[in-house]
Amino acid sequence: MQERIVGQVKRVNGPVITVKGITDAMMMELVNVGEQRLVGELVKLSGTEAIVQVYEDTTGISPNDNVYGTGMPLSVELGPGIIGTIYDGIQRPLETLRNVGGDYIQRGINRPSLSRENSWMFEPLVTVGDEVTPGSILGQVVETERVLHKILVPPTLFTKGTIVEIAPKGSYSVDRTIAIVEYEGQTFQLTMMQRWPIRVPRPVRERLALHTPLITGQRVIDMMFPLAKGGTVAIPGGFGTGKTMTQHAIARWCDADIIVYIGCGERGNEMTDVLREFPRLIDPRTGRSLMERTVLIANTSNMPVSAREASIYTGITLAEYYRDQGFHVAIMADSTSRWAEALRELSGRMEEMPAEEGFPAYLPTRIAEFYERAGYMKVLNNQEGSVSVIGAVSPPGGDFSEPVTQHTRRFVRCFWALDRSLASARHYPAIGWLESYSEYVNDVAAWWDEHSDGSWRESRSQIMDLLQREVRLQQIVKLVGPDALPDSQNFILEVCSLFKNAFLQQNAFDDIDRYSTVEKQIGMLQLILSYWRLGSEAIKKGVPMVKIRRMKVVQDIARMKFSVDNDDVGELDRIALRLERSLGQLGGMYEE
Amino acid sequence: MKNSNMLTGLDRVLLSGREYVGADKIDGPLVFMRNTHPIGYGELVECIDQYGKVRTGQVLDTSDEVVVVQLFEGTSGLTLPGTKMRFIGEPLTLDVSEQMLGRVLNGLGKSRDGAMLPRGEGHRDVNGLPINPTSREYPRDFIQSGISVLDGLTTLIQGQKLPIFSGNGLPHNQLAAQIARQAKVRGADQEFAIVFAAMGVKYDVARFFIDSFEESGVLSNVALFLSLADDPSIERIITPRSALTLAEHLAFEKGKHVLVIMTDMTNYCESLREISTLRGEIPSRKGYPGYLYSNLAELYERSGKIAGRDGSITQLPILTMPNDDIGHPIPDLTGYITEGQIVFDREMHARGIYPPINGLPSLSRLMKDGIGEGMTRSDHPHLANQLFASYSHVKDVRNLASVIGEEELTVLDQQYLEFGDFFERKFVHQAFDEDRSIELTLDIGWKALSLLPAEELQRVTDQEIEQHYRS
Repeated sequence: MQERIVGQVKRVNGPVITVKGITDAMMMELVNVGEQRLVGELVKLSGTEAIVQVYEDTTGISPNDNVYGTGMPLSVELGPGIIGTIYDGIQRPLETLRNVGGDYIQRGINRPSLSRENSWMFEPLVTVGDEVTPGSILGQVVETERVLHKILVPPTLFTKGTIVEIAPKGSYSVDRTIAIVEYEGQTFQLTMMQRWPIRVPRPVRERLALHTPLITGQRVIDMMFPLAKGGTVAIPGGFGTGKTMTQHAIARWCDADIIVYIGCGERGNEMTDVLREFPRLIDPRTGRSLMERTVLIANTSNMPVSAREASIYTGITLAEYYRDQGFHVAIMADSTSRWAEALRELSGRMEEMPAEEGFPAYLPTRIAEFYERAGYMKVLNNQEGSVSVIGAVSPPGGDFSEPVTQHTRRFVRCFWALDRSLASARHYPAIGWLESYSEYVNDVAAWWDEHSDGSWRESRSQIMDLLQREVRLQQIVKLVGPDALPDSQNFILEVCSLFKNAFLQQNAFDDIDRYSTVEKQIGMLQLILSYWRLGSEAIKKGVPMVKIRRMKVVQDIARMKFSVDNDDVGELDRIALRLERSLGQLGGMYEE
Repeated sequence: MKNSNMLTGLDRVLLSGREYVGADKIDGPLVFMRNTHPIGYGELVECIDQYGKVRTGQVLDTSDEVVVVQLFEGTSGLTLPGTKMRFIGEPLTLDVSEQMLGRVLNGLGKSRDGAMLPRGEGHRDVNGLPINPTSREYPRDFIQSGISVLDGLTTLIQGQKLPIFSGNGLPHNQLAAQIARQAKVRGADQEFAIVFAAMGVKYDVARFFIDSFEESGVLSNVALFLSLADDPSIERIITPRSALTLAEHLAFEKGKHVLVIMTDMTNYCESLREISTLRGEIPSRKGYPGYLYSNLAELYERSGKIAGRDGSITQLPILTMPNDDIGHPIPDLTGYITEGQIVFDREMHARGIYPPINGLPSLSRLMKDGIGEGMTRSDHPHLANQLFASYSHVKDVRNLASVIGEEELTVLDQQYLEFGDFFERKFVHQAFDEDRSIELTLDIGWKALSLLPAEELQRVTDQEIEQHYRS
């Protein structure tokens, strides 16, 4: 096959290459540079020159090297075989690359994202003569035990067609034709695989209102700052405040059907940790390995910077594809700051005029475009699916006033601010309760109230109120010491301290505490609130606070997160009874 | 297709011998050349001055019109007409060999002591290649450094990159030397090979390390890459790359456990800034280039373990925080890449505590999987957690005490003060040559906790309290 040469290299400056002698190259076209065939994308056209951003190390590329066009934009391959795989930022399968190229990532090697050798058991769901439209389900494939992969009609090929041939149930590779569709005299051959350009959102029928929370099993998130399915959240925090730990915990235990984990410019060992750990972890809801619902995209900090820029889009395109099949997908992007920095670096190399702190002026537009691809959608085949985005932000020096944090804040509706002082005290997850917020509280309140006998909204605002009062009291304590406060106010400090230790703090490594069910979370919160209510009453009767603190049952409350199993929430009721009895006794002694 | 491929390859080989005379512009360490054959990006360059002395450089920018070369040994003494350039046609490489242990080299890996270097066992690109994340093995072998605050609270793991954030005048060199001397993996008798990269440090500092290695008799197991304060600043950019290239060879080809000490990363970053400014690049924070993060990552990520290979690379970079500011871009970006950090505290140093490590901002990210039952001791994770929690409360109590006076504190808070003092004086503080076993470290930790009432210890289990707590 004759290859199409679109131009020759004129200048090489790191990952940015100027190409001369451009003939018919397209904007955003995927190109191969030099005889090593380094993958690049054409990002700017001007006269007979173009700028190409190369996704691999450009050492050795010299002026006059040929640039080859592929005729299509940078796209991902979508089809069975994505789940459980680890890809780099431009969807190259890392395990396959390792088998071919060894322990280091060599340049210029490329392998298809979806293996052509594997075959999948296809089960048709349409018959000859059926009418299909974009997004229609042609058939299904058991991708993993928990993911029933739907084979969809690609969104843009034709508007309506008739099946003239469909493959019988059987084993096929992803590039085998499984259906032939006729539309206005034209025939289209469909395979189980389709391509989609990563920078274009996949079309949907309609955006729906958000109403269901994404249950993460992390108490501070679910009860205090909930995220809705289809929502967006930013987790900003300086280094060491636990962004990655929080992301990992959510990836492990949240109730999404599919997880797309993007390691964008982060540590190699962290990805290895996920790779090592996820296959062994068992999802409490389905009893299956977590890897059976997870896709990893690893573009570590030492991998080429332009592929880092692409990794975010690759991830969200994979997520949209599963959403179109009717799944609820959660994306973890760790970290969007590295992505923004990649934009900055490339923009600098292209000699664009910088805006704030050297970031390009289009940074906010790009951030907005990315987060807007999240949502709870009615997809083309009228099913419902969602993409929720959980983006970590790494502000330099932990200063939230920097551009990436500020712009991200404008486009997300939920904000989990990680607090350095909490992290120093090893209070994890270090989500600060004063600076964080969630605009989804009202959206998901109905759901929660339904699952908590109508108490959630009330309980939540009660404890938030206590936390606010505690801040003011702490300021007084800092000046005069706790002894100066009356017992009734000291008790607020006591309850808040218990709430922080026993509820907000969660040990990700403890077999019981790493994940709490909805029932356990509600039970725990109510128990702490009844301690507050009954304790305050007792103090009014004249019981000294010290006596209340020393009750044996308070120790039980403090340790309930470790001692009460998720399946044995009834134990919380028994603790509540003991609490009532103990306080009743104490009250009785002082009433006389 | 094949033919034209070979032809271009052959062309390059033929052209690579060609020598160009006369530069167009020299600016700092950068030399600009016009009218050359097409030069590859990142190619190695030999620059010959009018006296025939050869300097090494690398192509920073290449285009039809002009090629920009950065010379690692500086440009002083060069003239525009008298400068000759030879483009080698391949990237900068290092001839690596096990025999480099015990030798003193310059930043480019050439002999510094005058003696000839042995023939290399391999020829490696100093920029290295990224390790495929699927090939990595997750590091989890505990390194006993014999230093309580490290072993107990910020445990070093084989294959980790754990920087020391220090300040001028603080004993970071002593600590690094002590770790290098005492580090061992329990149950394994293999010693660490040490690769030492000095960037822009004073001769005395290099001397201190050499003496310290000599005293403990490990000098034959150390390769020193020295680019001292009076060497051209540009050489510092290549020094850590040369050092890490040797480390990779020793670890992944020769199966050794390598400890890489790099000091001072701040000087390295200053050199990067210098080059970036000279090239007229758009700066980001404090004049540092926007790619500082990626550039540092290229160094720090060259550590770890590879599945199926015996060796490991553990990195111990040292950086002095300008003005003791942990939010400065250098420590800040480093902290985002490395697996934790060891943070020095000037106030603790002033109070005579060695090592003056502030436990609260210090962190080891890989610690969670390297300690506990079967690795250190079963109570270690909870104990460390409890020490952190209690010590962080000490800070609050001290603040309160400075306002209302110690006498006014509650009994409990006074116990906390006592705990804090004991913790700093007995647990953190130790002698420069004191090598504590992990058991001893943990026992001292329990002694400290025993100064507090048992009901204050909420992060340890009842059984652990029963076993170790002695009030």
